[in-house]
Amino acid sequence: MRQSSLNSTVTLPLADLPGPDVAVRRLRHPGRWVSGGIVLLLLAVVARAFAVGQIQWTVVGQFLTAEVIITGFGWTLLISACALVLGVALGFAFGIMRLSENPILRFAAWLYVWIFRGTPVLLQLLIWFNIALVFPRLYIPGLVDERMVDVVTPFVAAVLGLGVNEGSYLTEVVRGGIGSVDRGQKEAAHTLGMTPDQTMRRIVLPQTLRLILPVLGNSAIGMLKFSSLAATIAMGEMLNAAQRIYFINGAVIELLFVCAVWYLAGTTVLSIGQYYLERHFGRDGATASGERRWFKGWARRPAVEGEA
Amino acid sequence: MSLAVKAVGIRKSFGDHEVLKGLDLEVTHGEVLCILGPSGSGKSTFLRCINHLETPNGGYVWVDGAIMGYALTRGALQELPVKRLRAQQSQLGMVFQHFNLFAHRTVLGNVIEGPMVVRGLSRAKAEARAMELLEQVGMAGKAASYPSQLSGGQKQRVAIARALAMEPRVMLFDEPTSALDPELVGEVLEVMRALARGGTTMIVVTHEIGFAREVADRVVVMIDGEIREMGAPGDVLSNPSDPRVRSFLSRVLA
Ligand SMILES: Nc1ncnc2c1ncn2[C@@H]1O[C@H](COP(=O)(O)OP(=O)(O)OP(=O)(O)O)[C@@H](O)[C@H]1O
Ligand SMILES: [Mg+2]
Repeated sequence: MRQSSLNSTVTLPLADLPGPDVAVRRLRHPGRWVSGGIVLLLLAVVARAFAVGQIQWTVVGQFLTAEVIITGFGWTLLISACALVLGVALGFAFGIMRLSENPILRFAAWLYVWIFRGTPVLLQLLIWFNIALVFPRLYIPGLVDERMVDVVTPFVAAVLGLGVNEGSYLTEVVRGGIGSVDRGQKEAAHTLGMTPDQTMRRIVLPQTLRLILPVLGNSAIGMLKFSSLAATIAMGEMLNAAQRIYFINGAVIELLFVCAVWYLAGTTVLSIGQYYLERHFGRDGATASGERRWFKGWARRPAVEGEA
Repeated sequence: MSLAVKAVGIRKSFGDHEVLKGLDLEVTHGEVLCILGPSGSGKSTFLRCINHLETPNGGYVWVDGAIMGYALTRGALQELPVKRLRAQQSQLGMVFQHFNLFAHRTVLGNVIEGPMVVRGLSRAKAEARAMELLEQVGMAGKAASYPSQLSGGQKQRVAIARALAMEPRVMLFDEPTSALDPELVGEVLEVMRALARGGTTMIVVTHEIGFAREVADRVVVMIDGEIREMGAPGDVLSNPSDPRVRSFLSRVLA
């Protein structure tokens, strides 16, 4: 039976074949033009709405570099950095404890994650801020004897609240990272005579760090944004500063937009930093045979000769 | 010849499953011993018990004047702290089926790790010695590469150099060529032959009957957690007395 010419290509006799430099007409994609056009139109509508809306853009520009805002942003950066350092330190400490042979240490780490990952970070901030209600004095014999309100300033409460909370997430991340460094390398270290401590420091942790670097990047970005929660505990970071200004001059949206610009600038810089950091550390296969679930979307890049 | 390793009544169970049923073995200095046997017969477990990567449930291993993992005090075996166990383990070089190179270190970094961290050698000294060893296994040209850039055969040769860097009294090999593409097996066996010729004491778990026949001083055949046959390769491989050994060998030699 002859095939229908709809299903098969029409027979093309050899004699009709064109030369090698025959012209090619590409497929057209009218759908792409249409959808692109619609999106552009919508963007234009939104942009126009904001341009003609009740926003005084000159006020935005004016306060963008106001000293109070810049100082506030400085606090934002400082809180974020300190909380991130605290979070990473706690994450590693409890992540290692989570895998300890000692069941009591394992339990303590589990408890930490359970409590601090299981309650809202805003609530934790408020509790840290009001901790003086529970413990009026901070007394460590021979070291500290002070009123708690003097110790836990809004800044300290913000760093503790954000850092301890972040640490509970990172604990699980570190645990996963350590678990995915393959067991064979630990055994090889043992047969060389390395103690568990040396194996952890020299073989396991460096590889864990590389595995969780993308997560740490996201943590840094998240922290910059979450630091705005500290505005609620009278910490004079950027959002708090903006609020204090608009309570007086009433330019609410303008000052919130000023904050948005600075947050975006900060997260953009961090994203770029994250990209280069990962590219730098991602150059040798961090684990030869370990799981790669922490690598989601992190392409293996060609390695470079020479040591780190 | 003097004894290098003496395993006495090694027993090991995983749960209810008794994998090693009381193994005795003696290896003299300079000897090359090959352990053959079907899959699951407990060869790897036995090797791992010898260097205490697995703690035996019964029996003990004596290596060059000391019992692995224990001190003999008042007629009983007192478990050693982990630091001293590791010091003992560093006397036994181990080469794994899957290489287990440190992925975040270069080839050179892998070889100097043990000498620097465990023996406290200076970097310069460790590197000089490491380069000699890499030369010996034909990997000096790749010193700056990372493991992920190497072929299986190259990785295994680096792993051998890394183990040798600790100047172990005995080298243990657990199927060092089983994970390799066939055309890469030869380069690793060549390195091992050279070691054997140089007088290194070696215990080799292998499926390479040809290598065992040619290089081994003695061959052990394990079946179901027991040593069923032991002797010179010619005797064991050509006319084994145990019927199960005979059927195993006829399968692998076929
Ligand atoms: N960590 C472990 N937990 C539980 N069972 C184990 C463990 N290690 C080994 N076994 C069991 O012990 C038995 C012997 O294993 P072993 O790896 O020693 O055999 P083998 O002779 O080396 O085999 P192969 O030639 O396949 O490597 C197997 O039945 C295996 O399932
Ligand atoms: Mg095995």
